[in-house]
Amino acid sequence: MRRFLRPGHDPVRERLKRDLFQFNKTVEHGFPHQPSALGYSPFLHLMAIGTRSGAIKLYGAPGVEFMGLHEENNTVMQIHFIPDQCQLVTLLDDNSLHLWSLKQHGGASELREEHRFTLKGPPGSPPSATQVTAVLPHSSREVLYLGTESGNVFVVELPSFRVLEDRTITPEAVLQRIPEDNCNRRSCELVEALREHPKNPDQILIGYSRGLIVLWDLQSNKATHHFLGSQQLENLYWQRDGSKFISCHYDGSYSQWPISSDNKQSEPLENTVPYGPFPCKAISKIYWQTTKNGLPYIIFQGGMPRASYGDRHSISVIHGSQQTAFDFTSRVIDFFIIFSSDPAAEFDDPSALVVLAEEELVVIDLKSAGWPAVHPPYLASLHCSAITCSHHVSNIPLKLWERIISAGSKQNIHYSSMPWPIDGGTNIAPDPPQRDLLLTGHEDGTVRFWDASGVCLHLLYKLSTVRVFLTDADPNDNMNTLGEDEWPPLRKVGTFDPYSDDPRLGIQKIYLCKYSGYLVVAGTAGQVLVMELNDEDAEHVVDHAEADLLQDQEGYRWKGHEKLKTRDGPVRFEAGFQPFVLVQCQPPAVVTSLALHSEWKLVAFGTSHGFGLFDHQQKRLVFVKCTLHPSDQLALEGPLSRVKSLKKSLRQSFRRIRRSRVSSRKRRGGGGNASEVQEANARFDQDALQEMELAPVQRKIEARSAEDSFTGFVRTLYFADTFLRDSSRHCPSLWAGTNGGTVYAFCLRVPPAERRMDEPVRAEQAKEIQLMHRAPVVGILVLDGRSTPLPEPLEVAHDLSKSPDMQGSHQLLVVSEEQFKVFTLPKVSSKLKLKLTALEGCRVRKVTVANFGSCKTDDYSENNLAVLTNLGDIQIISLPFLKLQIRYPCIRKEDVSGIASCVFTKYGQGFYLISPSEFERFSLSTKWLVEPRCIVDMPEVTSNNHVHNKSGTENTAVKS
Amino acid sequence: EFRRFSLERSKPGKFEEFYGLLQHVHKIPNVDVLVGYTDIHGDLLPINNDDNYHKAVSTANPLLRIFIQRKEDADYSAFGTDTMTRKKNVLSNVLRADNHKKKPHIVISMPQDFRPVSSIIDVDILPETHRRVRLYKYGTDKPLGFYIRDGSSVRVTPHGLEKVPGIFISRLVPGGLAQSTGLLAVNDEVLEVNGIEVSGKSLDQVTDMMIANSRNLIITVRPANQRNNVVRNSRTSGSSGQSTESSAPGSAANLLGGLLHGEEESDDEDIIIEGGGEPQHIPRAAPSSDSIESLSHIELLHEPAHNGFLLSGDMSSGHSAGSASTECDLPEAGRKSLEEDGTVITL
Repeated sequence: MRRFLRPGHDPVRERLKRDLFQFNKTVEHGFPHQPSALGYSPFLHLMAIGTRSGAIKLYGAPGVEFMGLHEENNTVMQIHFIPDQCQLVTLLDDNSLHLWSLKQHGGASELREEHRFTLKGPPGSPPSATQVTAVLPHSSREVLYLGTESGNVFVVELPSFRVLEDRTITPEAVLQRIPEDNCNRRSCELVEALREHPKNPDQILIGYSRGLIVLWDLQSNKATHHFLGSQQLENLYWQRDGSKFISCHYDGSYSQWPISSDNKQSEPLENTVPYGPFPCKAISKIYWQTTKNGLPYIIFQGGMPRASYGDRHSISVIHGSQQTAFDFTSRVIDFFIIFSSDPAAEFDDPSALVVLAEEELVVIDLKSAGWPAVHPPYLASLHCSAITCSHHVSNIPLKLWERIISAGSKQNIHYSSMPWPIDGGTNIAPDPPQRDLLLTGHEDGTVRFWDASGVCLHLLYKLSTVRVFLTDADPNDNMNTLGEDEWPPLRKVGTFDPYSDDPRLGIQKIYLCKYSGYLVVAGTAGQVLVMELNDEDAEHVVDHAEADLLQDQEGYRWKGHEKLKTRDGPVRFEAGFQPFVLVQCQPPAVVTSLALHSEWKLVAFGTSHGFGLFDHQQKRLVFVKCTLHPSDQLALEGPLSRVKSLKKSLRQSFRRIRRSRVSSRKRRGGGGNASEVQEANARFDQDALQEMELAPVQRKIEARSAEDSFTGFVRTLYFADTFLRDSSRHCPSLWAGTNGGTVYAFCLRVPPAERRMDEPVRAEQAKEIQLMHRAPVVGILVLDGRSTPLPEPLEVAHDLSKSPDMQGSHQLLVVSEEQFKVFTLPKVSSKLKLKLTALEGCRVRKVTVANFGSCKTDDYSENNLAVLTNLGDIQIISLPFLKLQIRYPCIRKEDVSGIASCVFTKYGQGFYLISPSEFERFSLSTKWLVEPRCIVDMPEVTSNNHVHNKSGTENTAVKS
Repeated sequence: EFRRFSLERSKPGKFEEFYGLLQHVHKIPNVDVLVGYTDIHGDLLPINNDDNYHKAVSTANPLLRIFIQRKEDADYSAFGTDTMTRKKNVLSNVLRADNHKKKPHIVISMPQDFRPVSSIIDVDILPETHRRVRLYKYGTDKPLGFYIRDGSSVRVTPHGLEKVPGIFISRLVPGGLAQSTGLLAVNDEVLEVNGIEVSGKSLDQVTDMMIANSRNLIITVRPANQRNNVVRNSRTSGSSGQSTESSAPGSAANLLGGLLHGEEESDDEDIIIEGGGEPQHIPRAAPSSDSIESLSHIELLHEPAHNGFLLSGDMSSGHSAGSASTECDLPEAGRKSLEEDGTVITL
């Protein structure tokens, strides 16, 4: 019969579907996973970051973003912008070079790969002969100089990548002009650095790794000067006027060399070991920046005393008597200085230091006293503490938005007021349609509020719940209290701090009511905090209640963590969200579900043991309900004693390792390299198959029973004003769904507003529904008489939604991991169902009601369910008839953490983590689409400036 | 409970007298019972009038095996013809959901007394190398009791023989439903789950599908042992031949679909407990204007758990061997008595 029920192809509906639904992955928010290279174009004011998975991302002014992906998925080793061009060259770890261009297309710029090239040596030569170690794009824009491991410097023409063999600079040619007594063939092994003379494009400086430095004249094709350092060379840098250059070395020293007019061998002007006299680590990169006042800025990476500070990731800035060693939280990948790019300017006048560390981007304002950090508008490190949950709130009222921003600005006073220095390109995307907040909960007990309205995910405000509790670590002891005489003058910068003092502080559930400003946050140790937005600092006592979810169950012992200890007495809270009530579940298991009704002033929370309802107006626990099955020992004992599943989890973790290896290589599907990815997947599948033949993995086929573990785990809580008892009177109700397929409904009596403080809130269990398929209940929803989902609390009061239809009969939608079921109310009879797992073998992981507007007409919109399955597919299912509308593959099914992190918005968008530090944003709607759209124009190039505009070429790493 | 007694073959007397004698012998004077006997073919035939009583006595050879059964528990479907002969090719029996509707005038069983455990279905529409097995988990306490694994099988493709990934039964739990049916075996390749092909699906997906369908699981396998396959044309001798002929081959898939659809509406009747009351099954809402509703409602008219019985080859033969030594089968054991209806046999 099913055959006759298929929706068939109603052409009207099909057309409407095209106007409503469309799937796009629009932008990646956050910080690129495993960055490996950095580049900057002072000409375009664009920064480029390459990653280990072969992605390349360009950033300019906020909203200006480009992304490209190398087909090879190999690590990007170096990035070099071509001077005065919208082009850049990347070097991958497979020794291939790629030329990328920003071209305008359809009114916006796009990043495209134009050419690729791999240097080939003569037949029979070792691979090292052509292994590129240094790249110099010449200011003529016609050639690239490629230094290699063999000591040869090859010249290739751009953009064709044709090798100009007659112009190759061989070690033999270099050594011709150098007295043999202090040099031999070995001196010219491995080109470490190539630098063009800032004033004379015919001269380039070649630094070899053993310390020999040669100034090569391109016209006469000979070495005019040579400089012999005693230490292994790391890098070189020209002074702006070209009269001197500076070299840095493996032993932590740097030297200044003058270019004398005669050709004799020079001695260094100065040779310094800044953090000597004890052995120091290498200085791998150095800048010498001139200023008007005469005191240069010397900025270098590394050089720390090997024994005591060898593990620090530092960049030192020396300016006259000021010296600071910025101490980064993770390895420094590379850095550059933003300085005057006007070729006519006499001095560099550096304004900012931009450092790409492995886990975050740090920008230091060099103009302001004290060298404060600049708050980046993008590239936020989402993972500065691991993300444990997320919550999205659409369409924030302006008032609340401003209050959050104002609370956040008080936290950001230590940041520099400097405008964002990387400001290339123009954002031409339309203004975001509304103000959206993305809240992320973190392992360290903080909640971060992100502006998710547009392309740039920007941190607005950070809330910490730690202050409420007594923890081992004193929050003040890691403040920066270095004395004046500390040496080296280290200063911690950056926010990346993945080490949580106490995992119990972790945030697990968040709910924000955008109308009332109430925020509820629940955590790993069963803590539920109710907060209110306060624009002022305040000191007050947090009311404390305990909810014993085990109640009359006896003889169980919780073997998990202890509950958090609270601080006695008043606690000082800064402006922003301030907790006023703390409920602690007993046993202190992870809070698995949370609901807030801001109009009734009720909070419901659930754990693996049961759920409770708290009246935060009267600060009274209304009731608790234990959902435990007596045989469910595992849930009782807590997470630490799951001996039974150890074997399984071991197996899973091995799989995860394998998966993560694959995913780091092949992180992105889609795009131009689908076939490549498919091929790789096929290979992977084949490997997996072979593996399975060796040790077959078995799966038990068994019907679920009431005795299974964790059936009492409360998965979802829902408040609704509906017809629970009879069809004439509706009343407030609380619904709870468990892992074992049970739905509990409680009838609530909330006193009217004028007696709200005098009479207690009462609750009585009205219904209990046991789904016979016993799959976990992941969503509960009541549809009104017009089959529209009930509005959120206070939505009607704020005139933002129509009042629900209380005339027609209401329906209850229960979503389990396996099925969607519609029941009538108040008498529960089953009306409709959609089986998902039985037919497709996939399970519901996330489900939300989303409103889809038509891109054709403004006045049409409809509510549908957006569903993410465990296979990473997104399905849109109609309400109330539960018909599948459309299906899109979104996340790889192996990407378990990506699927687990997915959060939908109310208007058909969503976010999921593609790495610990990056959210992918996607859109299911034709109407709401937030994606970067920007133009990068070629600035005017004056005729004489390509001769002098040297500064542009050398801000990129020459070392790998 | 067994009784052995003798009758005079030449003077069997009236049926009423015999009936009284039986009640006397079993000391159940006021209990209404049904009386049956096994004829020379091993068929269970009724004794309820003088004619068939005389016939029965005349066929005794020399022993007459008589089964009696309490009337209210009785299964009328037990009495049929051809039972034993059909039993040999019972694999060819086809379960049809519409069987009862088609032949309502023949009272062939009281199915509510029995619970199906497994059956072989759709023999007529499947290739002989495949077997479609239905396991009824509902109401039984036995675990389904099997495991599946990944593996590879060889397929004939346009490019010659190709190794393709497949899903296989890897283990049967002793005493589990799967093992007790004898219809599934280790290394059988799973081809479909409730009508949906598993090719291209992962082990976890197939696991989820099977568990989601666990109350009414229909799996199509390619048995590792192909020697017990059904020989197609032998089926026409079975009495169920007529019913299968009535379904045109083209509608085969549809029939399975209908079957699935009909079943699924009742395979998981959710339970509601209204404010402290007793648990009840959640009723279906009255058919609405929605097309799905009205169609599926019709399917619901009969309870699938009651419309057919199962049999697994070795179990039934084992039992019939046991019953061969009995002469009477007492009401308490009614459930275990060898019964059959037009299509399938129940233990």
